[in-house]
Amino acid sequence: MTLTHPSRPVRPMPKSAFETRLLALAARWETALVVILVVICGLNTAASPYFLDLHNLFDSTQIFSEKGLLVLSMTLIVITGDIDLSVASIIALTGTFVGFLALHGVATPWLVVGGIAVGTACGAFNGGVIVRFQVPAIVVTIGTMSLFRGISYIVLGDQAYTRFPESFAELGQGTLGGYVPWEFLIYLAMAAVFAVFLHRTVFGRDLFAIGNNAQAARYSGIRVQNYRFLVFTLSGAMAGLAAVLFTSRVGAVRPNMAQGWELEVVATAVLGGVAIMGGSGTIPGVVLATFVFGMLSFGLGLINVPGIIMSIVTGTLLIAAIATPIVVRRLRLALERRREGNPRG
Amino acid sequence: MTSQSETDRPILSLQGIKKHFGGVKALDGVDLDLYPGEVVALIGENGAGKSTAVKIMTGIYRPDAGRIFVAGEEVEVHDTRDAWRHGITAVHQETVMFEDLSVAENIFMGHLERRAGGFLDWKGMRRRAAEILRELESDIDADAAMNTLSVAQKHMVEIARALSHDSRVMILDEPTAALSQAEIHELYGIIRRWQAQGKAILYISHKFDEIFAIADRWTCFRDGAWVGQGRIADVTEDDLVRLMVGRSVAQLFPKPEVTIGEAVLEISGLGNAREFDGISFTLHKGEVLGFYGLVGAGRTEVMEAIFGLKPIDRGEMRMNGKPMPHGSPREVIDQGIVYVPEDRQHAGVILPMSIRDNLTLPLTRALAKNGVFLNDRAEQAVGNRFRERLSIKCASLDQKVSELSGGNQQKVVIGKWLATHPGVIILDEPTKGIDVGSKSAVHAFIAELVRDGLSVIMVSSELPELMGMSDRIIVMHQGHTVRELARADFDAETIVAAATGLGRLQEKRHA
Amino acid sequence: MRKLLRAREAALALIIAGLVGLITLRAPVFLSMGSLDTIVTDGAILSMMALVQMLAILTRGIDLSVSANMALTGMVVALLSRAHPDMAVGLTMALALGLGLLLGAINGVLIAYVRIPPIVVTLGTMSVFRGLVFQVSGGAWVNAHEMGPGFIGFPTARLFGLTSIVWIAALVILIGWAFLAHVRKGRELYALGGNPVAARYVGIDDTHNLMLVYAIIGLVAGLCGYLWVARYAVAYTEIALGFELNTVAACVIGGVGMAGGRGSVLGCLLGALFLVIIFNALPIIDVSPFWQQAISGFVILAAVILNSRGDRPLGKLILRRTEAAPVAGAAS
Repeated sequence: MTLTHPSRPVRPMPKSAFETRLLALAARWETALVVILVVICGLNTAASPYFLDLHNLFDSTQIFSEKGLLVLSMTLIVITGDIDLSVASIIALTGTFVGFLALHGVATPWLVVGGIAVGTACGAFNGGVIVRFQVPAIVVTIGTMSLFRGISYIVLGDQAYTRFPESFAELGQGTLGGYVPWEFLIYLAMAAVFAVFLHRTVFGRDLFAIGNNAQAARYSGIRVQNYRFLVFTLSGAMAGLAAVLFTSRVGAVRPNMAQGWELEVVATAVLGGVAIMGGSGTIPGVVLATFVFGMLSFGLGLINVPGIIMSIVTGTLLIAAIATPIVVRRLRLALERRREGNPRG
Repeated sequence: MTSQSETDRPILSLQGIKKHFGGVKALDGVDLDLYPGEVVALIGENGAGKSTAVKIMTGIYRPDAGRIFVAGEEVEVHDTRDAWRHGITAVHQETVMFEDLSVAENIFMGHLERRAGGFLDWKGMRRRAAEILRELESDIDADAAMNTLSVAQKHMVEIARALSHDSRVMILDEPTAALSQAEIHELYGIIRRWQAQGKAILYISHKFDEIFAIADRWTCFRDGAWVGQGRIADVTEDDLVRLMVGRSVAQLFPKPEVTIGEAVLEISGLGNAREFDGISFTLHKGEVLGFYGLVGAGRTEVMEAIFGLKPIDRGEMRMNGKPMPHGSPREVIDQGIVYVPEDRQHAGVILPMSIRDNLTLPLTRALAKNGVFLNDRAEQAVGNRFRERLSIKCASLDQKVSELSGGNQQKVVIGKWLATHPGVIILDEPTKGIDVGSKSAVHAFIAELVRDGLSVIMVSSELPELMGMSDRIIVMHQGHTVRELARADFDAETIVAAATGLGRLQEKRHA
Repeated sequence: MRKLLRAREAALALIIAGLVGLITLRAPVFLSMGSLDTIVTDGAILSMMALVQMLAILTRGIDLSVSANMALTGMVVALLSRAHPDMAVGLTMALALGLGLLLGAINGVLIAYVRIPPIVVTLGTMSVFRGLVFQVSGGAWVNAHEMGPGFIGFPTARLFGLTSIVWIAALVILIGWAFLAHVRKGRELYALGGNPVAARYVGIDDTHNLMLVYAIIGLVAGLCGYLWVARYAVAYTEIALGFELNTVAACVIGGVGMAGGRGSVLGCLLGALFLVIIFNALPIIDVSPFWQQAISGFVILAAVILNSRGDRPLGKLILRRTEAAPVAGAAS
C-alpha cells in the first residue's frame, strides 16, 4: 500500500474538474483510509463475535464522537499552521464548571449553554494571548494546558462531581430509536458543517492560504490574526461541547478527565491527511481517520487489551503517518536519480 | 598580473555546470575560470544565474551536472566547509547574519577558533575581529550585537567574515549594493591588495563603472547560459550590455506619453522609529513615480508602511484628497492601493496553491455567493480574463504557481491586484530575478496601466529601467528622501551620487 | 544585548529573592537547613532537565518526551534492581544513560534525518514510551523494599554535606555551560536556532547538530530517570507525568526564546529555581499541592507574555544614530 498524503487541499472548482480532482484524490489517501478501516473491521469481526452487533457498533461510536468533535476544530488549526495542545484541559475545566452548576441545581439547558460558553471563553483566551502578544501557539497552549486543568484540580482536588439532573444524562446516554446515540448524530452534523465551512466558503479558502504562506496571505489583505483568533475560539467551543457530552455520558467529573486526548486528536488529524506544517487537509479525511481510531480501540477493547497500550499504537501511528510519505518520496527520488545514472545532487 | 597569467592554470574552474529547480533551469551548462591575481567580473542580468553559480561554488547548492576543478584537480563541494577547505570564500548578496550574536562571533561562526584543549579562543577571536575591521577601516565594535548595526555596517561584517578565512578565491556577489561611494573605494583598495597577494577574485555586479574600474576579465551569463568571456580591455560598455541582454538596448523601455492628472496619493512627513523619516511625495494620476536608492535605503519599508504592513509614528497620507487612516492591508486595498512585494516567492504568491486561487485571493469574498460561499464559476471567469490579459503561460489555471517561471509568477501577482481594480499600484523591484522576455512584458504592461489611468510607484535598483520608465524619480538615502528629479533632469551620475549620500552635504560625513 | 540578558537574569534573581522573603515572613521554617536541602535536591533534577530542554528550544524545537523517557528508564533500572539487588551503582547508571541515549536517539533520527517537526515526534514518542512503561512493568509498582540498597541509597548519599544528586547536577550543569559557551558545537547551536539559513551559509550542518541535541537530551533524561526513581524510592507507570511541562516552564521563565537562538544557562537555572521554590513553598504556607499545576501554567503564560516583547524582531536600523537608537558600542 502506498501511503501518499494528499499534497493539496481539496479545493473547490467547476463541476467537471471538481469531480476529476476528487477522483484523483480518492485514488490516494482517503481510499487508503477506507481500506485500513475495512481491514480493521474485518480483524475485529474475526477476533470477536460481539463486534458485528448493531447495538455494540453504535455503542462504540461513543468512544470517538467526543474526540471526533475536537479533531474537526484541530484540523482547522493545524491547516492554518498552528496547534492547540490545551483542548483536553479545556474539557476538564468545562466539565468542572458544568458539574459545579449542576450541583447548585442549574437546569439542563443552562448546563449545556454554560459549558459551551466556558469552552469558548477558554479558546478565546488562547487565541487572544497568541494574537495579542504574537507568541507561538505551542507555548501558549502548553501553558493553558497546565492552567485550565490546574484550575480543575484546585476546585476538585481528589473529589468528583457526580450529581446531575436526569434530563442532562439524555444527551450523552440517549439514542435515536434505541440505536443511534445523540452524540454520534451531533458529531455527524458538526462534521458536515465543518466540511462546508472548510471546503465551500471564503473562510476555508483563506485558512488554506494562511497555512500555505501566512506572509503572502497577509500581503494579499487577508486578516491573518483575526482568523487565528477565530479558529482557537472555535476549538474552545468544540471542546466545550465535547465536555458537555462527556459529562453527560459518564455522569461524573474528575480533574483528570480526558487526560492525554490532545495527543490522540492531533494524531487523528495527521492520520487523516492534514499536513502538520499547515496548508492542506480535508474533513472527509479526518472523519475517516476518526473512525479508524475508534474502531481500532473498540477492537482492542473487545480482545481485552488495556487502554494504555492504545497510547503506544496512537504514538506509533502519529509518527508513521507523517514519516511514511516522506520516506517513500525520498526512496522514489533516490531510485529516479539512480535510473538517470547521476549520483550527484 | 597580466600576460603571463594567461599561461597559468586557473585556480578555480567550472565546466558545464547545470542546475535546475523544479521545472526552472537556473544554469544550463556554464563555464567559468578564475586565475590567480586577477579580477573576473561575472556579468548578466538579474536571473541570469550568477548567484546560483556562486552558491554552487560555495557548496550551498549541488550541481545537477558538470565538474568543478580547484588548481587543476576535480573536486566535489558538498558544503561551505568543503569550499573553505579548497580556499573558496564568498560574500553573499543577501546578508546572512546571526542577529543576536556579537560581531566577532558572526565573523568566525562556522570556523570558531580554538585554543589548545579544544575550548574556544574568545580573546583571540575578538582581537582578530578587531584587526580585520581595522584593516577595513571600519569603526564597528567587535563586541557589538549584530542587531545594533546598520545595513551598510552589516555588509562590512560580511566582508570581514570573508577576510577571516585564508582564501585563494574570493567571490563578491554585488558587494557594493548597500555601500556608500567612500566605502566602495575602500573596497577597491582591499580587492587590489588581494590581487597583489595572488588571490583570484570573482566580482559580481551590474554596475559598469565598477566593472571597468576593478576587473581584468569578464564572463557573461544570460538566462542561465554561458554567452562569452574575454578581457575587459577589449570591450566597451555597449558590447557588454548587448551580451547581457541579447539585443539592442534602445527600444527596451516603452515609456508612454500620458497626460499626468490630478494628485492621487499624497504623503507628507511619514516616519517611524527605526526605518524612515520625513518622507513626503505626491503621486498623480497616470504617473510612474520611480524610487531609487541603495539596498537598505528604506524604500521597501516606506512602501510596506503605506500598505499597512509596518508601523507609522508620524506624518499623514491622503488618497484622492481625503485623509487616509493608517490601517491594515485590507483597508488599504479597499482604498484602491495595492502592493507587489519584492520577495515574490514569500510574500507575493502562494506557491502550493493554484494559479486561479492566487489570482482571486483578494477577491474571493467579493465574488462569493452571499459573501460567504465560494463561486467557482465567477472565479474561473476572473482567472481566465487575467490569464489572457497578462498572457500567463500555463497549461491550466489549476496548475500550481510553483510550476511557473519567475516571470509568470510575477504576472500572477500583478494580475491578482489588477482584478481588484486599484487606482495606485506599487511595484517593488518588479523585474528582479526574471528573464529578459518577461521583463519587457512587465515594462510594456506598466505602460498599459498608466494609459488606463492607473498611477504607478516603481521601486527599482536598476537605474536604466527606472530612468526609462519613470516620469519622476525620488532618491532615498538612509531612510530619507534626498532628491527628486523630473524626467528632463534625469542623469545617472546625479541620481547615484544622491543615493550614496553625496547629495546631502550636511550628512555627508559617514561614520 | 549581553547587558540586557544580564539585566533580565538579575531581575529574575531579585524576584526570586523577594519571593523567598515573602514566604519566610509567612513561614520562617522555609529558610531552615532541612527545607533548603530539600529545595536544592528537588531542584537538581529539574535544573538538569531544563538545561537539556533548553538545547531543544535553542534549535527551534521542543522535547515533550523527556518525562516519558525518565519514566521508562527509571522503571527499567528499577526492575533490574529488583531482579539483581546487588547490581553496582556504576552499572545501573551506565544502563540508565545508555537506555536514555537510545530513546533520545530515536527522537533524533526522526527529527534530524526523517525531518518530522520535533513537537510531533516527541508527542508521539511520549505516548509510546509511557505505554512501554506499562508494558514492561505490567502496570505494577516497584516499591522501595524491592530495590537494592545501593540503588536507593546512592542519590541521597552525602558528600561534603550535599547529596550526590546535587553533585551530579552541578557536574552536568558545568559541562552544559562549558559546552554552550566555550565549545564550537555548542555555539553553533545558537547560530542554528538564530538563523538556520545563515547557519547553512557558514557550513553548519543542522542534521548532525539536531541529532546531537536530542541524543544529549535522552542521555540526561535517562540519568535523571534513575535518580528520580531512586530518590522517591518508587517506580510506577505515571512517574514524572507532566514533568516535561515544568522543564519547558523553567526555560520560558529563564528567558529562553521560543523562537530559537536565545537563552543562557544561568537564566535556565534561575527559572528552575523559581519553580522549585514555589512548589516547595506551597505545603509550607498551607496551600494544597493541587495548586501546583495551575501555578506552573500561569507562570508559563506570564513569562511568555513578558518575553514576547524581546522576541519580536525590530525593524532594520536604517535611520542614522542622531535620529535613532545608538549604533555600535551600545552593547559593549
